[in-house]
Amino acid sequence: MALFEATNVHGGYGGMNILNGVNMSLEADEIGVIVGPNGAGKSTMLKAIFGLLHVNEGNIQLRGESITNADPVELVKRKMAFVPQEKNIFPSLTVEENLEMGAFIRHDDFQPMLDKVYSFFPPLADKRKQPAGELSGGQRQMVAMGRALMTEPSLILLDEPTAGLSPLYMSEIFERIISINKAGVGVLMVEQHAKQALKIAHKGFVLVAGQNRFTDTGQNLINDPEVAKAFLGG
Amino acid sequence: MNEFVFFINNVVISGLTIGSIYALGAVGITLIFSILRFAHFAHADLMTLGAFFAFFLTAMFPAVGPAIGLPTAFVMLPLAMVMTAIAAIYIDKGFYKPLRRHGVKPIVIVMASLGVTLMLQGLIRMFMGTSARSMYIDDRKGIHRLDMPFELASRPIVITDPQIIIIVLLVIIVIALHLFLNRTRLGKAMRAMSDNPDLARVSGINTDTVVKVTWVIAGSLAAIAGTMLSLDVSLKPDLSFHLLLPIFAAAIVGGVGHPYGALAGGFVIGFAETLSVFNWAVLLRPWRDYLWFDLPATLAFVPSEYKITVPFFILLAILVWRPTGLFKGKVL
Repeated sequence: MALFEATNVHGGYGGMNILNGVNMSLEADEIGVIVGPNGAGKSTMLKAIFGLLHVNEGNIQLRGESITNADPVELVKRKMAFVPQEKNIFPSLTVEENLEMGAFIRHDDFQPMLDKVYSFFPPLADKRKQPAGELSGGQRQMVAMGRALMTEPSLILLDEPTAGLSPLYMSEIFERIISINKAGVGVLMVEQHAKQALKIAHKGFVLVAGQNRFTDTGQNLINDPEVAKAFLGG
Repeated sequence: MNEFVFFINNVVISGLTIGSIYALGAVGITLIFSILRFAHFAHADLMTLGAFFAFFLTAMFPAVGPAIGLPTAFVMLPLAMVMTAIAAIYIDKGFYKPLRRHGVKPIVIVMASLGVTLMLQGLIRMFMGTSARSMYIDDRKGIHRLDMPFELASRPIVITDPQIIIIVLLVIIVIALHLFLNRTRLGKAMRAMSDNPDLARVSGINTDTVVKVTWVIAGSLAAIAGTMLSLDVSLKPDLSFHLLLPIFAAAIVGGVGHPYGALAGGFVIGFAETLSVFNWAVLLRPWRDYLWFDLPATLAFVPSEYKITVPFFILLAILVWRPTGLFKGKVL
């Protein structure tokens, strides 16, 4: 059974549909990357999956159970996590407090997971008592991803994790994403840096105008001359 | 020396007392603003309501206090706090929450809170009438005179029971609030929600619980402030008219959304009020022979009837020159 499956999803804000029938599926150990031009509905799709906007038609499933229009708190309890693109940290809370907030629903001892997050993101370990708002952009992104990992999710949704980062940080974040995935977390992310992202992707989804234009493995999409020409800058 | 004692009685003790009361009100306003993003104009009436509950309980069990040796209303305070907290939760449920769910602009909820103000005032008048009441029914206000161990000081420092209690309570509350916000799971969740409400929801934080806890804290602190003020002066149904402006000024002076700022703001406003109505002629009297002008009998910055203008001026000054407040809060 697929970890995650979205069938014919229609949705948007206030009755206007931005998504016009999106299909996606992801296995438990896979990285899926959503690419496409601006306004194609990439981030909208992530929000629709995480119950942040209304799905008018279609069906979204996690391990075969419907999570269409479920409440975000409910989804967190079902081991899903979402990292928004902007404003994805609590700036006045310390790094460690940010991570603790990720574990808000947990009533067991989450210290092992805290240590694991620090081992994923070593730069954070030295700054655990510092307010997260004082960190650099790349480190903030690490805090945001670390926060999402605290519930030990089976699927993590990342909205443009490398937006606004320098190329150096970008490849560092991609490497972290690979190691998170290797630790057994399914990853579904939206990326502007389409080429680099598809390189690490098991599955790629090219969205245009709220619909799948191409759906294939990451490598096949990179090699497809039509995709390369239209979406990957030649 | 007597002049100095006069200064302590009229500025230091009064300033600490009224400052503590403003601080408690301002903390509530600032917490509500940081969690729910609106200026809660009914907050001063929540204070009156708390005092009214304490008065009601005192009237029911007037003999409790004298038996223990504390003001009855103070003994009843924990119960009054619980009642006020419950009232605050239900006011939110009945009037503010439906508006929030409709996604209205904050100004609409501010207007609703003005409506709640008028409603609460009407209700309180219905039950206790319009006259001022003493919170002491079977007991009397304890007044302590501390003689100064100096020969020149013939007058004592005067401090009342409610003044001692509110100052001690404030110290305890500050420590408790600090520990709650920085050490507990819910306290941290409150700060998180104040920082970024959308991310709080996405993180799985139960925002409804955080909202409830906010009302419980704001409501109980309001009950403490209202009861202690009424114990020190008297309980009037229009108490809130004299409190609303100072507590808002205190919250804004401290930096909205900043609990420690609100505490500091409360004392800034409290001391500004007492210093400006203080009769400086008394302090200057020993030097009257050296002054180039004739010392009048009273010399104050503001006549005490116009005390309410002081927070108003401070509020204007802060909004013009430092709109984020002393502690860099959010801009309203």
